[in-house]
Amino acid sequence: MRHNKTGRRLGRNSSHRAAMMRNMVTSLLDHEKITTTTTRAKELRKIAEKMITLGKRGDLHARRQALQVIRDRKVVGKLFEMVAPRYKDRPGGYTRILKLGNRQGDNAPICQIELVEEEFTPRPKKVVPVAAAEVTPAEEPVVEVAEEVAVEAEVEAEDKE
Amino acid sequence: MAVPKKKTSKSKRDMRRSHDSLSAPGMSICPQCKEPKQPHRVCGSCGTYKGKDVTETEA
Repeated sequence: MRHNKTGRRLGRNSSHRAAMMRNMVTSLLDHEKITTTTTRAKELRKIAEKMITLGKRGDLHARRQALQVIRDRKVVGKLFEMVAPRYKDRPGGYTRILKLGNRQGDNAPICQIELVEEEFTPRPKKVVPVAAAEVTPAEEPVVEVAEEVAVEAEVEAEDKE
Repeated sequence: MAVPKKKTSKSKRDMRRSHDSLSAPGMSICPQCKEPKQPHRVCGSCGTYKGKDVTETEA
């Protein structure tokens, strides 16, 4: 049974873990990218994404909830005014983890976790081949558009004349 | 206390160790600098990943 097995314990008791995660999420939002171990980054990702979601909500309650986690008032301000608006159209996935190799000394896998900077471009919807009943309504608008283009082309041709 | 009756022969020792050898990590070629790098990791020699420069922050 995998009851109560969510998350990683990171060799700490829960208060130590929460304190470390608060420090790390504050640093990440402040510096935009931080270098840490891959395991910590994967845990941090969950909290950081939740913070940015709070920032996108943007109301006073959300701000107070963010202040409960983030240690620095200035960073909360930055999150709400600068970071969250950047991700207005992005449905999650605000962080990126880049693996850097293993650490000298204890061979721990190290990575860089960063806030994604690129503009969000939605992926083109997958064209799923389905039953003919669903294909026919999809084809109709295409035909209409083609006709419009044809009409426009004719109008343009007439204008030129 | 239970103790081995005989010394393990070189043959038996080495046969036991026949499965202990380590294998080298799988490597791929960095598309930027053509150096070998580990897959799914930032290139150690040119510091790029998927064509983008990743300037590492101080640890």
